Amino acid sequence: MTILVFAEAADGAFKKSSFEAVCYARHIGNKTGAPVVAVALGITDAAVLESLSHYGADQVLSVAGTSFDHFDAQTQSAALAAAAQSLGANTVIVSNTYSGKAIAPRLAVHLNAALASNVVELPSLDNGFRVKRGVFSGKAFAWVDMNADSKVIALTPNSIDVTRDERSASYNTMNFQPAVASRLQVTGINKVSGKIPLTEAEVVVSGGRGLKGPEHWGMIEELATALGAATACSKPVSDMGWRPHSEHVGQTGITIKPNLYIAIGISGAIQHLAGVSSSKVIVAINKDAEAPFFKAADYGIVGDAFEVLPRLIAAARSGAQQA
Amino acid sequence: MKILVCMSVVPDTTTKITFTDGDTRFNTQGVQYIINPYDELALTRALELAEPVNGSVTVVHVGLADSEPSIRKALSIGAGEAVRINAEPTDAQFVAAELAHWAKDKGFDLIMTGRESIDYNSGAVGGLLAAMLDMPSVNVITKIDVQGGLAHLERDIDGGRESSQCSLPLVVSAQKDLCEPRIPNMRGIMAARTKPLAVVEPAAGGAKTHYQKYELPPAKQGVRLIDPERAADLINILRNEAKVI
Ligand SMILES: Cc1cc2nc3c(=O)[nH]c(=O)nc-3n(C[C@H](O)[C@H](O)[C@H](O)COP(=O)(O)OP(=O)(O)OC[C@H]3O[C@@H](n4cnc5c(N)ncnc54)[C@H](O)[C@@H]3O)c2cc1C
Ligand SMILES: Nc1ncnc2c1ncn2[C@@H]1O[C@H](COP(=O)(O)O)[C@@H](O)[C@H]1O
Repeated sequence: MTILVFAEAADGAFKKSSFEAVCYARHIGNKTGAPVVAVALGITDAAVLESLSHYGADQVLSVAGTSFDHFDAQTQSAALAAAAQSLGANTVIVSNTYSGKAIAPRLAVHLNAALASNVVELPSLDNGFRVKRGVFSGKAFAWVDMNADSKVIALTPNSIDVTRDERSASYNTMNFQPAVASRLQVTGINKVSGKIPLTEAEVVVSGGRGLKGPEHWGMIEELATALGAATACSKPVSDMGWRPHSEHVGQTGITIKPNLYIAIGISGAIQHLAGVSSSKVIVAINKDAEAPFFKAADYGIVGDAFEVLPRLIAAARSGAQQA
Repeated sequence: MKILVCMSVVPDTTTKITFTDGDTRFNTQGVQYIINPYDELALTRALELAEPVNGSVTVVHVGLADSEPSIRKALSIGAGEAVRINAEPTDAQFVAAELAHWAKDKGFDLIMTGRESIDYNSGAVGGLLAAMLDMPSVNVITKIDVQGGLAHLERDIDGGRESSQCSLPLVVSAQKDLCEPRIPNMRGIMAARTKPLAVVEPAAGGAKTHYQKYELPPAKQGVRLIDPERAADLINILRNEAKVI
């Protein structure tokens, strides 16, 4: 019985969410005695691979032999399935990122495993294998029993703490050739450079219709930059083209759970709250004291965004300089 | 071109979520059901792709008879025919197994799902189905065009967009931006009445999870208001008390 973790990388280094996944696996390993093997696809740099041992991986497996430069869920899931089979692993942890979500179901089919995505807490192992997952787009949670010998779990980023657990891991490589050649060809990648991806951000500054127009987003971006935050928006803001759709959070947008969510000029409609209510700390800034967002917030300022924002930006900047 | 759109039926987005039977079941009392919003996008884009080339669009749903108003709505939006697999959709793996069993010999060139159902948020049926049918899959697509058996795609990735191409057959999952959802018109509503809605019995089975208990997010303690004149205090509190920045 081995626990396998898919260590997803971006730009040659592992994502924080991959370390979270290793920690999740380590927790299960500590309870069951199963070894934790972290698997990397197409990463060969020894120093990078070693970083996985800091969070509790007993073994690091680097898979090579085909190109993993371009993402194809079919190829990547087949490679992970081959790794799981060769190690006799029965539990696989991936991150619930865009790539992880594409891989996890395919992997579950390969391994004839039970699948749980959007998992938000450490499992309960006292009575079978029970995981907690987000349902109803942030409005509720469910405890789910995974009733199969094999399990694939997709862990939502920022759900568990990353704790150091240094191991003297063993390092291995594996060769993988896909049985079917990939039919998918990536033709271009357009990354929003210099910006923190919304799905990975620990702090998010978000603006709504109360900001009146796209020309006022400079203030949102300035506050975000001063706080090291990503930017987001409400649905009407993206519908009107003030901001790209990729920034729209809520029930029909992205669901996020940063440590801090600051909502400025957003009323707090149920569909908006659904996507952000799992944030650890919520701040609402709205000129209307009756705005529903104040019921969902930890801190609030009843005031005009155009007066409050410059003060916040100045305070955030001065602190950043001191630090 | 033969396109299959997989459709789930979900509580309206304004639904206040509650549970019954000691928090073991979702309380459906008074809940309005709608087509999963992402599936509406998938359906609309499927129609846009099929119409110019005289292709066909079939809608398939795993669910019980109470879903039929939503299936009729899909027909009134423009799907040519619909199939309901008559079983309660207990988990994504069960649904995908039923869909795969039904679809496997039907020769679909393109299978479209939504990015996720807004009720159980698995985001899994498309990938499961693709693996079961041994097809490639691309999820959270914001663009698809098809030319000469080749799909040109764009999808969301963490922190950006990726473009790609893939030959058919292929499974994709729809994300916002794919198109503007179509609203049924009077002619569509009339036509939908006589369009075929076949009911087939389930065959494959295979749920591997059991929903044991539900819970609601913990209620907030109440908001602490900060004087707008002293907005800078908020930054101090976030830094030194809440310790989140
Ligand atoms: C099917 C469906 C799905 C939906 N999904 C989503 C979703 O995923 N995400 C989402 O966000 N919405 C969603 N919505 C829309 C949602 O119901 C709300 O309409 C939307 O969230 C409102 O956006 P808003 O708060 O920016 O705008 P408004 O409701 O117009 O609120 C603007 C707020 O700004 C405040 N304000 C105005 N001026 C100032 C000022 N100078 N300073 C400070 N405050 C000011 C006002 O008091 C008000 O509270 C959905 C709706 C439907 C029907
Ligand atoms: N009961 C169902 N019947 C048909 N298709 C479904 C069903 N449930 C989910 N799907 C499809 O799978 C997508 C993803 O759903 P899910 O994996 O449940 O989040 C949905 O957007 C639908 O396209």
